[in-house]
Amino acid sequence: MDKEHAGHEPLLRMSKRGELLPAWKSWGIRLIAFFLSLVASGLVIVLISGLNPAAVFATMLDGAVGTSKRMWVTIRDAMTLLCIAVGLAPAFKMRFWNIGAEGQILVGAIASAACMIYFKNLPTPVLLLVMIVSSLIAGGIWGFFPGVFKARWNTNETLFTLMMNYIAIQLTSYFVALWENPFGSNSVGVINSQTKAGWLPNLLSDGYNKDFGWNVIIVLTVTIIMYLYMNHSKHGYEIAVIGDSENTARYAGIRVNRAYVRTIVFSGAICGLAGFVAVSGASHTISTSTAGGRGFTAIIVAWLAQFNSVVMVIFSFLLVFLQKGAQAIASAYNLSQEVSEMITGIILFFLLGSEFFVNYTIHFRGKKVKA
Amino acid sequence: MTQAQLLTLINSAIAFGTVIMLGAIGEILIEKAGNLNLGIPGIMYLGGIGGMIAAFYYELGGGASPVVGLILSFLCSLLFSALGGLIYAFLTITLRANQNVTGLTLTIFGGGVANFFGASLNTLAGGVGQISVPVTSSAYIAYTKLGYMGTIGKVLFAHGFMAYLAILLAVAMRYFLNRTRPGLNLRAVGENPGTADAAGINVTRYKYLAIIAGSAVAGLGGLFYTMDYIKGTWANDGTIEGLGWLAVALVIFATWKPVGAIWGSYLFGFVYWAYLYIPGLSRRTLELFKMLPYVITLVVLIIVSLRKKRENQPPASLGLSYFREER
Repeated sequence: MDKEHAGHEPLLRMSKRGELLPAWKSWGIRLIAFFLSLVASGLVIVLISGLNPAAVFATMLDGAVGTSKRMWVTIRDAMTLLCIAVGLAPAFKMRFWNIGAEGQILVGAIASAACMIYFKNLPTPVLLLVMIVSSLIAGGIWGFFPGVFKARWNTNETLFTLMMNYIAIQLTSYFVALWENPFGSNSVGVINSQTKAGWLPNLLSDGYNKDFGWNVIIVLTVTIIMYLYMNHSKHGYEIAVIGDSENTARYAGIRVNRAYVRTIVFSGAICGLAGFVAVSGASHTISTSTAGGRGFTAIIVAWLAQFNSVVMVIFSFLLVFLQKGAQAIASAYNLSQEVSEMITGIILFFLLGSEFFVNYTIHFRGKKVKA
Repeated sequence: MTQAQLLTLINSAIAFGTVIMLGAIGEILIEKAGNLNLGIPGIMYLGGIGGMIAAFYYELGGGASPVVGLILSFLCSLLFSALGGLIYAFLTITLRANQNVTGLTLTIFGGGVANFFGASLNTLAGGVGQISVPVTSSAYIAYTKLGYMGTIGKVLFAHGFMAYLAILLAVAMRYFLNRTRPGLNLRAVGENPGTADAAGINVTRYKYLAIIAGSAVAGLGGLFYTMDYIKGTWANDGTIEGLGWLAVALVIFATWKPVGAIWGSYLFGFVYWAYLYIPGLSRRTLELFKMLPYVITLVVLIIVSLRKKRENQPPASLGLSYFREER
């Protein structure tokens, strides 16, 4: 301790909480943080634009869930985000920093689009199955390389997967140029717009809510499978042990290297599937923005949910809701679309910060600490 | 390839390299303190828009002196990126949030703020059309008469002052990290904060200062991009984000050595622009060619981890937060 502080206690001191907080308290803290973040982002909006924040939030609500069409779009996008987050969770739980979801989504999307273009004459169920399998394989391959290098040579996976993203983006540009339609447009356009081959069929068909369909079923199934895998399987248990302590896992006889590769391939495969959902279930085309930063957003979803599949559903909806709402603000008040990212950033800062108050307690000077 | 083409290629490589070099040496300082800041793209966005905002309002108010515009925008850029760094530092050091997740959030936030203001500054100020700050930008682009003197002059002297500032900063950073007491202390913090703490080094203070200073430097990359590289305009095309990730990659490529980042950045720039001068590339193969900087970085990353040379490794406690009571 340096001279000025010798002899007396600092004003603030923090220590780790002795026992875990009960769930209602920890979620209470997060909820408070969320409301504070809304206040903060409201302030920012007012300062920038001079608008009434209540009106702004009303616009947000309307923009996200105001009409049934908007609601479906919100649900659809939340499902895609959820799929990615669910895919990332096992890798992150074993402290494998898979920043490469963006790339894994893209290669999955390329694989799906390729099937739609080259196998369009197959019967729909077969075609969809081929698309699903190939997107899983493509994503898995994209996860395999960083996994093997991490397991064998301890190559930094954060940076490895980051580079794989850019390789995937360039690969996508290549295929966009290859499949360009019409020629010279530098985009693929809607694939099979006449036959709708390889499009995920509608679940609730009223001819209007075109995009809502099997996405929800597929993603929720994956979520449930992942929940069971993580919580009730031997592999899931191994992941948890490795995440807590690699040495303990080794000592317990878990084959850590094999678990690394297996988990990251699995993780990449699910992200690849998200690429399928994005292409076949939503946009019916492919471009470098098919992933659109969702690979990064999903990391935050998975992290905030503490890798709990069920909580991820809530956070996916929250984030997509915010995005859609902020886009509505932007168009209603003639602001730029990027206001949504700014608000998302502010809210995430608060939520990330709130974890501290869940895990630590602050002591003020002079107060006696309970024994 | 003609001589003129080669000259253009070298000059665009240097300009491109300067952007990512500034980002990379800022990130090196931060990583040497043990923090892996994935918010560099966001910081570079903040630095770019900070300078833009200052220059825009200066010129909107009738300011016509390039030098004043330069000073204002430079300071404002430093302020913006340092503030971005402060948010990251507060969350990861004081509140012990996860560094990767916080960094990614900072990238989302910085991109949002920058592109928001970039697209709406004119609207907010009551104007229309594309934002542009020609007066301030001219001060960034200007170079001396030496820049017109023959081939050598064109290669060595035909750049705005920030291209030289970047080299200077890289060399200064090397000196700081290897030859000064605070620099060595900082590296000790990044290698093993527990030991540094026991030796009487104030870990928290070092980490805060390194992150804030490093962010300010990295933000200059964004400033150079807006003011010099794209000549005082703003483009909402996500280029800065891509450059920011390249800066993060360059840190690995340079194996955490500031001087290595100098030639590494020019090499990246060279590889990035080389496709323009390779005959017979179709639009498709061109896209594959653009993969090269990333593939090269990947190869370097793999080789570094295979060889396990100690002086090439990342700081030992990179990415971990430090809490004295948890040892």
